[in-house]
Amino acid sequence: MYEQIAFYLFSVLTVGLFLVTVLSSNILYAMTSLAAGMVLISGLFFLLGADFLGVVQLIVYVGAVMALYAFAMMFFDASKEIKEKNTSSSLVFLLGGLMAVLLVLMFAAPILGENIQASYPPEVGATNPQAVGLVLFTKYLIPFEVAAVMLLVAMIAGIVLAGKKMDESLTTMDDEEVTLQKDKK
Amino acid sequence: MEAAVLPEVTSIGVAIKAIIILAVIAAIAGFGTYIERKVLAFMQRRLGPTHVGPYGLLQLVADGIKLFTKEDIIPQHANRLIFMIAPVIMAATAFIALSAVPVFPDFTIPEWIPLLGGVFVPSIAADINVGLLFVLGMMATGLYGPLLAGMAQSNKWGIIGSARTAIQFLSYEVVTGLSVLAPIMLVGSLSLADFNAHQAGGIASWLVWQQPVAFVLFLIAGFAETNRTPFDLLEHESEIISGYVTEYSGLRWGLFFIGEYANMVTISILASVIFIGGYNDWGFLPAWLVMIMKVAFFFFFMLWARASWPHVRPDQLMWVCWKVLMPIAVINVLITGLVMMV
Repeated sequence: MYEQIAFYLFSVLTVGLFLVTVLSSNILYAMTSLAAGMVLISGLFFLLGADFLGVVQLIVYVGAVMALYAFAMMFFDASKEIKEKNTSSSLVFLLGGLMAVLLVLMFAAPILGENIQASYPPEVGATNPQAVGLVLFTKYLIPFEVAAVMLLVAMIAGIVLAGKKMDESLTTMDDEEVTLQKDKK
Repeated sequence: MEAAVLPEVTSIGVAIKAIIILAVIAAIAGFGTYIERKVLAFMQRRLGPTHVGPYGLLQLVADGIKLFTKEDIIPQHANRLIFMIAPVIMAATAFIALSAVPVFPDFTIPEWIPLLGGVFVPSIAADINVGLLFVLGMMATGLYGPLLAGMAQSNKWGIIGSARTAIQFLSYEVVTGLSVLAPIMLVGSLSLADFNAHQAGGIASWLVWQQPVAFVLFLIAGFAETNRTPFDLLEHESEIISGYVTEYSGLRWGLFFIGEYANMVTISILASVIFIGGYNDWGFLPAWLVMIMKVAFFFFFMLWARASWPHVRPDQLMWVCWKVLMPIAVINVLITGLVMMV
């Protein structure tokens, strides 16, 4: 009873907030509603008993990914409205059609879903993080390691791209050195 | 542990617990300002507030009246809605984080009280088995308070304040996460109740002896995440006016303040439960008194550091995080893993 109320509350709020993200022309509204929607999605995980995934959703999407978006938005003027360049109406038509098909598939999913069985059901008695760890380090070890290598490559590339002048700091320089730097350019 | 004989947790008990946390922590936030001013004053050989009431005790009532009666100003070009909800986000996330940590001991309301008699009130409002991660995640969500506040007020100091919020919180979350990872490996659980049970054997079993490096790293990162003095660059008065709170006044400003103090309490509770023994009995001292003493010590420690150290520069802050603390935290996790394997 409580779970159903909570589910409908969370899902209606999530969809509403994501609609605000898509439809609003103000960056701040879009960003805030996207972050709030991410928090509510973690609520859905908690309802399913997947505490660990819910917390990971909070830390990764709300704490890290959205905060990076927010950091990028420091470079825009948040008080101005965004004018979207919406040129190709055939693209809008195509995407809208695909969206409708997707919606039909989603509503049809319970019919197909009755004969789906989990190939790797969680261990009986294992707590949430243990169950995730067991599957991750046995069945899905290779994808996990590949993802780790990919992240490492991305990290090194990021450091190389951003770190060219990391040891020079304008704060610790004298005025003369700063003007010298300017003259070089 | 007597966990097996504890009565069942009812929804009324949880609701009462939530109300207690809200009321007491909000009151502590008010009282904390008085304590902070007094402690700072004595450390700097001043007297602090003395005029209102005995020893200036009623100063917090006077401050409260001032906050309540101030005009609620919203700047002309600010984004009104976001400007208004940003302080609420800050206070709400701080209190939600408190729902998963043990605040005060378990108790049962006496039978003679009408309506609520016999209701069992648990120590942790929501005892989920990933409690530690949940608290860290909720504190990470707390960065949206300062961030949105700074961006919504269309003030350049606010923007600088929120930019600093983003880099400081994102960077120090990494250190917090890595520093608690080593104790998590030792205990083998993410539940704060398991941490408490692991250290039930007196002072010798405290995790701080096995993990001194992690303890220091956690405290440093905790200072940064609660925006306390060596790292309070978000509202550094001498550089950026008040950072993200520049345009706020009255109760909305007060909500930021309550959020900050609630976060300080959360970090103090986490440090006591993870590293220094939690809420176990200590000789003849009952558990609740021990817990309050530990939390009070960490609270005092934060004020002590504020009185002793100047601010760091933003570039020093980033340097310390990425070039000193994070490598040490990773090495600490590696060594812990090696020792556990051998």
